[in-house]
Amino acid sequence: MECFEKNMSTLVHEVKRLAVLDSERCVGCQLCMFACSRRFGEGGLAKSAILVRSVGGIEKGLTVIVCRACENPPCARVCPTDALGQRKHGGVIFDSSKCIGCGNCVRACDIGAVFWDDETNKPIICVHCGYCSRFCHYKVIGVEKIK
Amino acid sequence: MNPREPLKRVLYIDLSKKSFWIDEREDLFERWLGGVGVAVQLFKEEASKNVDPLSPENPVIFSVGPLTSLYPLASKTIAIFKSPLTGNLGESHAGGRSAIALRLAGYGATVIKGASQLPVYLVIKEEEVEFRDASALWGVSNAITVGRILRETAPGQGVRTIMRIGKAGEKLVSYAAVMTETYRHFGRLGLGAVLGSKKVKGIIIYGKHTIPVEDKKKYREVYDRLYKLSVESDAMKRYHDIGTAMNILPLNYIGALPTRNLNSSRFEGAEEISGENIAEKKLARRIACAHCPVACIHIASIREPYPDEPYFYKTTFISYDHELIYSLGSMLGVKKIDNVLRLIDIVEAFGLDAISAGVSLAWATEAYKRGIVTINETLVELDWGNVENYIEAIKYIVEQPNHFYTTLAKGTREASKHYGGQEFALNFGGNEMPGYHTGYGAIIGYSIGSRHSHLDCAGYRVDQTIKEPPSPEEYVEMLIKEEEWRQVLTSLVICLFARTIYTVENVVDALKPLGYDCTEDELKKLGEEIYLEKQKLKIELGFNPRELKIPSRVFETSTPHGLLRRDYVEKALQHYAELIEYKINTSD
Ligand code: SF4
Ligand code: SF4
Ligand code: SF4
Ligand code: SF4
Repeated sequence: MECFEKNMSTLVHEVKRLAVLDSERCVGCQLCMFACSRRFGEGGLAKSAILVRSVGGIEKGLTVIVCRACENPPCARVCPTDALGQRKHGGVIFDSSKCIGCGNCVRACDIGAVFWDDETNKPIICVHCGYCSRFCHYKVIGVEKIK
Repeated sequence: MNPREPLKRVLYIDLSKKSFWIDEREDLFERWLGGVGVAVQLFKEEASKNVDPLSPENPVIFSVGPLTSLYPLASKTIAIFKSPLTGNLGESHAGGRSAIALRLAGYGATVIKGASQLPVYLVIKEEEVEFRDASALWGVSNAITVGRILRETAPGQGVRTIMRIGKAGEKLVSYAAVMTETYRHFGRLGLGAVLGSKKVKGIIIYGKHTIPVEDKKKYREVYDRLYKLSVESDAMKRYHDIGTAMNILPLNYIGALPTRNLNSSRFEGAEEISGENIAEKKLARRIACAHCPVACIHIASIREPYPDEPYFYKTTFISYDHELIYSLGSMLGVKKIDNVLRLIDIVEAFGLDAISAGVSLAWATEAYKRGIVTINETLVELDWGNVENYIEAIKYIVEQPNHFYTTLAKGTREASKHYGGQEFALNFGGNEMPGYHTGYGAIIGYSIGSRHSHLDCAGYRVDQTIKEPPSPEEYVEMLIKEEEWRQVLTSLVICLFARTIYTVENVVDALKPLGYDCTEDELKKLGEEIYLEKQKLKIELGFNPRELKIPSRVFETSTPHGLLRRDYVEKALQHYAELIEYKINTSD
């Protein structure tokens, strides 16, 4: 677990971001969602910062919803306690000890990429570690360097 | 079992009283693992042996297992009920999002009993069940439309399942199915009719709990290994590329593709309706059940012009599989892809089991052609390949305008009992034949399997790998052994397509980080015990292993192993009966 987290933070420092490369190739397996929760070594989906759902029925295709690392993140701007700090080159860094669970950030993200953890009553936002993309067999999502 | 593990929670729903409660049943989940193992016990607790399948007293059990939502390809839900088709134990499996949703809503199983007066749909959440009025949905003729409406009103996009029945379920057709996520089914043995009799139009389950794991590091290690095995496996390639429809051509080549009510085992239209040809001409997309990287679900699209306006098209998306192409294609002599897809589409819209529907029509066609029944009964002329009339006949099976269709809606066993033609009514234990006429393994497997399905023990696969059949006794023992191991897989609950990945060693490894310390031998023994529990239950429900009937047609049409001999099959069935009696007598 510890070694894994170190791993994750080195990845984060290289300023990469998770990108949706081609949602047309998505099969809706949701392995990315399970992977994101598994970062913490648990099963289930409560901790997932990524969501794959159909656009009005599976036959119409699927959409992948995940933080796109805004350069000027609206979610951080509305946080009353600075629990969301701006991440270098886009996205946010979440400090859960400062968060009061007001939910402003959820409403501020236009694409709905701030998820809610009902178990802790706090938001879940992608940290762009790229772990999920290792389990996407169809190369729908991948890690991109930010220039 | 991990004390924080929610698997032990069983949700009881009483439709008559519109009430629900949750019981903690470690006792069952510790003894019987989950899935089939637990559901069979819950069924035994709830059902009396003479229960009428369409009465409020028939319970419906849905269950998942310890691996559900924790490992790839653990993607199926088990349903156990008394089947209106066979009058005996009903068991059906489906994927989609059903298993994950039930597990992450925090349950290992749900027991649904009683019946509602008015149509309802259920919304099952983490701590609550809502009974919502479904009067407006009852009678909507297309099950796909029902799904569309429920999607709009239900919570939890992306983390829920939407199960529903079609008109066939409302009309209590004995082989009505339950659909989930539009393209997956509890297809076989009539669960749709059981829910229809309870006035349950749909069930929505929503949840995204955490499932605790004891050894987190080990869990991720085993996960990574099983994931790698899954995406690099043969199964992955086979099922993803062409899907199960890849079977059509090879089966036809070896002479094992049931055609025109098994008057032949080769179909001259096989090339056209093959998985390869559909993939090339019609495949629109491939999708997966939740937590399965294989994505075997193949969806074709067909475009039909509206007659009243130029350049105005209706595009329909239709999922297809081997069994559907067989039962609504070769079995009915339908040679054009678009026509097979249209039949699949209408069967789907009404919510019928495609195998039983196709085989019932095949029996009816032969009965009509032989003059056993006339146009007075069938109302339309039935002839191989006549798709327009088959579409009419499917509507009649659902609407049941006369005695003939009321009987046909009960399956080929019932219909042939009334009208004759039992020798070509292709059912085993009352369940219609799957699409493999490969040899002794298939026929014995359909007969002795607990569900009378090819998936019970996969005799059809063994037939295709062996040169010469072993002795009837050996063959039976081989098939029982396979069925016993499958009880473990379906208690975990693993998709059977992943059976080569989840070997006994890998299952032991997968369970360990979750806090289950069991040996390979213990698992195998558990499989034997669950198998025996099911056989006992079947006998209690009226099944007699000594009275298995085989339609003589299977001995008249050749297989890759030549014409099958009745005496071989009879010896096998007798050995099966003796073994079961012995196992039961020595078990307690
Ligand atoms: S969570 Fe939404 S608003 Fe915040 S950085 Fe990501 S995409 Fe932008
Ligand atoms: S929920 Fe927490 S992170 Fe989000 S805006 Fe409120 S305090 Fe900030
Ligand atoms: S990049 Fe990391 S945090 Fe973001 S969705 Fe993937 S696994 Fe979750
Ligand atoms: S893992 Fe890839 S293919 Fe599967 S749902 Fe996620 S993005 Fe889609």
